[in-house]
Amino acid sequence: MTSFKLSSLKIFAAALVAMTLAFTAASPAHAEAKKDFKVAWSIYVGWMPWGYAMDNGIVKKWADKYDINIEVVQFNDYIEAINQYTAGAYDGVMATNMDALAIPSAGGVDSTILLICDYSDGNDVIILKGKDDLADIKGQKVNLVELSVSHYVLARALEKIGMSEKDVTVVNTSDADMIAAWATPDVTAMTTWNPMAAEILTEDNANNVFDSSELPGEIQDSLVVNTQTLKDNPAFAKAMTGIWYETMALMSADDEAATAAKTAMGVASGTDLAGYEMQLAATEMFYTPQDYIAFTEGNLSELTTFVTKFLFDHGLLGQDAKSPGYIGIELADGTVVGDEDNVLLRYTTEYAQMAADGAL
Amino acid sequence: MRRLINRRPDVASRFGLMILPFVIVVIAYMVASEARLSVNPNDKLLPGWSTISDAIERMAFLPDQRTGDYLLWSDTLSSLTRLGIGVAIATLIGGIFGILQGLIPYFRATFNAFTGVLSMIPPLSVLPILFIIFGLGELAKVMLVVIGIVPFIIRDLALRTAEIPHEEIIKAQTLGASTWQIILRIVVPQMLPRLIDGVRLSLGAAWLFLIAAEAIASDSGLGYRIFLMRRYLAMDVILPYVAWITILAFALDLSLRLFQRIAFRWMYRGN
Repeated sequence: MTSFKLSSLKIFAAALVAMTLAFTAASPAHAEAKKDFKVAWSIYVGWMPWGYAMDNGIVKKWADKYDINIEVVQFNDYIEAINQYTAGAYDGVMATNMDALAIPSAGGVDSTILLICDYSDGNDVIILKGKDDLADIKGQKVNLVELSVSHYVLARALEKIGMSEKDVTVVNTSDADMIAAWATPDVTAMTTWNPMAAEILTEDNANNVFDSSELPGEIQDSLVVNTQTLKDNPAFAKAMTGIWYETMALMSADDEAATAAKTAMGVASGTDLAGYEMQLAATEMFYTPQDYIAFTEGNLSELTTFVTKFLFDHGLLGQDAKSPGYIGIELADGTVVGDEDNVLLRYTTEYAQMAADGAL
Repeated sequence: MRRLINRRPDVASRFGLMILPFVIVVIAYMVASEARLSVNPNDKLLPGWSTISDAIERMAFLPDQRTGDYLLWSDTLSSLTRLGIGVAIATLIGGIFGILQGLIPYFRATFNAFTGVLSMIPPLSVLPILFIIFGLGELAKVMLVVIGIVPFIIRDLALRTAEIPHEEIIKAQTLGASTWQIILRIVVPQMLPRLIDGVRLSLGAAWLFLIAAEAIASDSGLGYRIFLMRRYLAMDVILPYVAWITILAFALDLSLRLFQRIAFRWMYRGN
């Protein structure tokens, strides 16, 4: 019996160690210079270039230049990518400004928007069945991914015509099932994004009554990195910036290489060149570092307050938040929107400026 | 004989061994959570106990600011309603088809292969078809539970019915029983407790399909809340919800077992 108890104690200790290791494997990044970096991305028109850059050696070229290793990993699930980044398993992630604020920043992970890839300029659409006026949405059930950018677009659209979310009923619906859901009779109103929106709008009874082109610059699709990692490893930021603008220059040119790149990106996102071009048309890409820098010098602080208001109204800034400005957002010029003592999201143009100056 | 197979723990160590895995998990969680919180006090992945108990209070004992509902309870009510209706329908269909399929050769010849094939189709892979047939409302969620577990219940019960000693059926016939009387007096009474066993075994799958249905399109329910909270990694809400689902599932299983004990006492005689 005693020997049994002893061995069970050992087993207990071993199991405890193993479980603890398993739990802490993905610990938050500690402050230190390192060589290996992982960045997560998911399929979206403005982020396809990352996959292309990874597959075609552009990532490796820049990583080698700064003597580091960068792995750009594709996730099937957008939110899971952000969650993995927030948990500390990744050094960077492609996310919208809104989700960056609601997930990593609200979770205490100080994050920096290293560059904005694009903003949605029509990619997010409110679709009504058989009606063609946004005001007809009153009283309807609206299928959308709750608390996502779609939800934000709906809230902003309703606000613009003097209604509020109380005038509709939101039904949380998985993005993977939007197209199938549209075909069922119970679904009469929907907010979703491309490529699903484009597919649904090919139906005769589907009408685009509002899209994100009426909210220019509010939905920014960004490269978000851990601020501490960035501080300790400027080489990582330089390499990522270099990768992006080289890929942008490649795809925005008017030559065969650009067509080939865009075709590859289209195929990788489940469509073809024509389909991808159509999505690009609803996306304001920042092809050059100057585009991005100019954008941050515009009305960014006003755009930011729309987003923080939505997040606050939906309780997404955390339970401690007493106002939309609970989490401070530092703009590229150093001014802070919101609480200066709780800055957890930052925009930087430092590295884009280096790219613009050819200093990378 | 001093072999591992013959050694039995006494009452005290049996209890100790029972709680050991739970204690390991809890301690491992506490250590890992502490480690993460020391780096980032706002860590969302493994929140501390106080954060979790705040979340429980908020979800279960304070009305929601936007809707005025007590979210945990309203979610539980909608989920249990869906699960209850779904499992009840599945039990009814499974009971009828299972007994007929196990007993009536013509019925078996017609449906045996069909239910066998049907049970192999993962319902989640044909979701778009289910949407078209049942829509996206409450019906679809209930039906996903039904479709998910009914083939299993039918096949299980058909096998159990076929296991009834043939002598019993012959004997009933020599006493003049018709097919209908055999079903009602011989088969159904013996199969009801087996049916409860089948339902108990399929409860896990029923929960799985319910959570999946609520994740896909819903505006209330335990699965809905978990998938919504997952959008911003609110593990302080998700972990208590998972624990709550486990408790509910355990309680359902236990109550079915007790019901079986009380309602079909004859099954336990002689043991």
